[in-house]
Amino acid sequence: MTRIAEWSSVTKRYRGVTAVEQVSLGLEAGQVTALVGHNGAGKTTLIKLLLGLIRPSEGSVRISGIDPAGNRGAEARRAIGFLPESVAFHGAMTGHELMAFYARLKGEPDGRNAELLERVGIAHAANRRVATYSKGMRQRLGIAQTLIGDPRLMLFDEPTSGLDPASRTEVYRMIDTLRGSGATVLISTHALAEVEDRVDRAAIMHGGRLLAAGTLDELRRGVVADVRIHLSVRPCATARLLAQLPAEARCAGRSDAALTLDVAPGAKMAVLRAIAQAGELVEDVEMTAPGLQELYDRLVGAAGDPQ
Amino acid sequence: MNALVVAAQEIRVGMRNRWVLATTVLMAALALSLALLGSAPTGTVKADPLAVVVVSLASLTIFLVPLIALLLSFDAIVGEQERGTLMLLLSYPVARWQVVVGKALGQIAILAVATVVGYGAAAAALWLKAGIGAQAWSAYAAMVATSIMLGASFVSMGCLASTLVHERATAAGLAVGVWLFFVLIYDTALLGILVADQGRVIGKPVLDSLLLLNPADVYRLFNMTASESVSVYSGMAGPGDPAALPAPVFLAVLGAWIVVPLALAILAFRRRPL
Repeated sequence: MTRIAEWSSVTKRYRGVTAVEQVSLGLEAGQVTALVGHNGAGKTTLIKLLLGLIRPSEGSVRISGIDPAGNRGAEARRAIGFLPESVAFHGAMTGHELMAFYARLKGEPDGRNAELLERVGIAHAANRRVATYSKGMRQRLGIAQTLIGDPRLMLFDEPTSGLDPASRTEVYRMIDTLRGSGATVLISTHALAEVEDRVDRAAIMHGGRLLAAGTLDELRRGVVADVRIHLSVRPCATARLLAQLPAEARCAGRSDAALTLDVAPGAKMAVLRAIAQAGELVEDVEMTAPGLQELYDRLVGAAGDPQ
Repeated sequence: MNALVVAAQEIRVGMRNRWVLATTVLMAALALSLALLGSAPTGTVKADPLAVVVVSLASLTIFLVPLIALLLSFDAIVGEQERGTLMLLLSYPVARWQVVVGKALGQIAILAVATVVGYGAAAAALWLKAGIGAQAWSAYAAMVATSIMLGASFVSMGCLASTLVHERATAAGLAVGVWLFFVLIYDTALLGILVADQGRVIGKPVLDSLLLLNPADVYRLFNMTASESVSVYSGMAGPGDPAALPAPVFLAVLGAWIVVPLALAILAFRRRPL
């Protein structure tokens, strides 16, 4: 796999405030990565470093081997499409004029702009002033400009913040399309549940430090998060069943006819075998692996509050 | 190349929000009124009406053009940042110096159009009258060209103000301060110092160099003394010979007043955190 972009031991300090500390992270070609964290976790700082808008205090940032804040930075940025958090445009210009401007800056012909506006669904408003656009439409225009020149790397900073549910779905649909076309995408977000199914990898930031990075499976293994098992039990058999299960199965909730267990991944099979042995006491079994939200909560809980 | 793309966009925005139209109309209206009414004092005296107009237009330019230039330029960078469009712009393959130079070029172009069209209208009105010497025409053309240079130097300073501060309101205040200092305060202060000094310390060479430290004075000296027919009316003629410097020196100094603040603006912008 080729690394398109890379932060190596990057630290960024602003007048004594450390925004990002010793972060090493790579973006693999063709993968969608979620950059996850609270506000102020350092997500936007990482993106600004990648765009060469700021220089790292320590460490280095590279896009295809080029330092984006160096002399060849413009060359590196040519291959990037960027959607800033709460994107803004000059309100007096029309969508069409703005697309033409951005295409010219990238040295791309502006013949494809109409098609891009069509793709994000605002072709009908192309000749209207952007000041008349709704927030959702501006966000679509923002996405359209990231697509100019088919960039190899796309950066979306909080792409759904402040959007209504319909627009959110639409934004994610477009990101899914990009994923299908093999683009390399970085999405920074704190809406974990929304991105969970659409990313290949996640990087979890907290207080300027990178807590964990990898595929969801790798993260689960690293965090050793418990598997949750929901059992439907014959009425009044809960206590009898519990007695038959090994000690690794910790009871997380019980009622007359239901039992919820938390089990460490290593003990999962032993517990399942014990459940099978219990025979007719158990009527149904359902298992859930921890989602990104639980992983995040667990990691951040372990890391403690940032300074 | 990308500097020109930024400049073209700046002009397009200027046309869209009526800046180009407003400044052109303002310049034309003032120039025409000076050209048509201002030549009244010459009466039946055998005086060159165009030379009179050059003197009065140049005096007007010193107040008006720097003000327009600063109004155009003070939010070049800080305005983009406050609107939230700067980060997106800089995420494109465009260097910071290209943004500053492009913005300044676009604003200078807007100013140049307004000046050429506005003062050109006045010239056309005068052309319909007879008795205008060729020398006065060249003085008029030089006046228009240096008016644009004067405007450009204040666009440069406006851009510098725009890169130095972090709020649009502060940049506006700074721009007003720059205008007050160079257009109103500087000469008065200089006069006060000269009176107090009584010629003990400040000799003619010192005074000459002090005048070169203000682009508005450079402009005034160039236009009032450049042509003989003009200097007669400007009160700059006579034994005093206030500025013995040749015209190219004035042009070079005005040029420096354009380049140096812009270079400083680029430096400041490159060091500006986002």
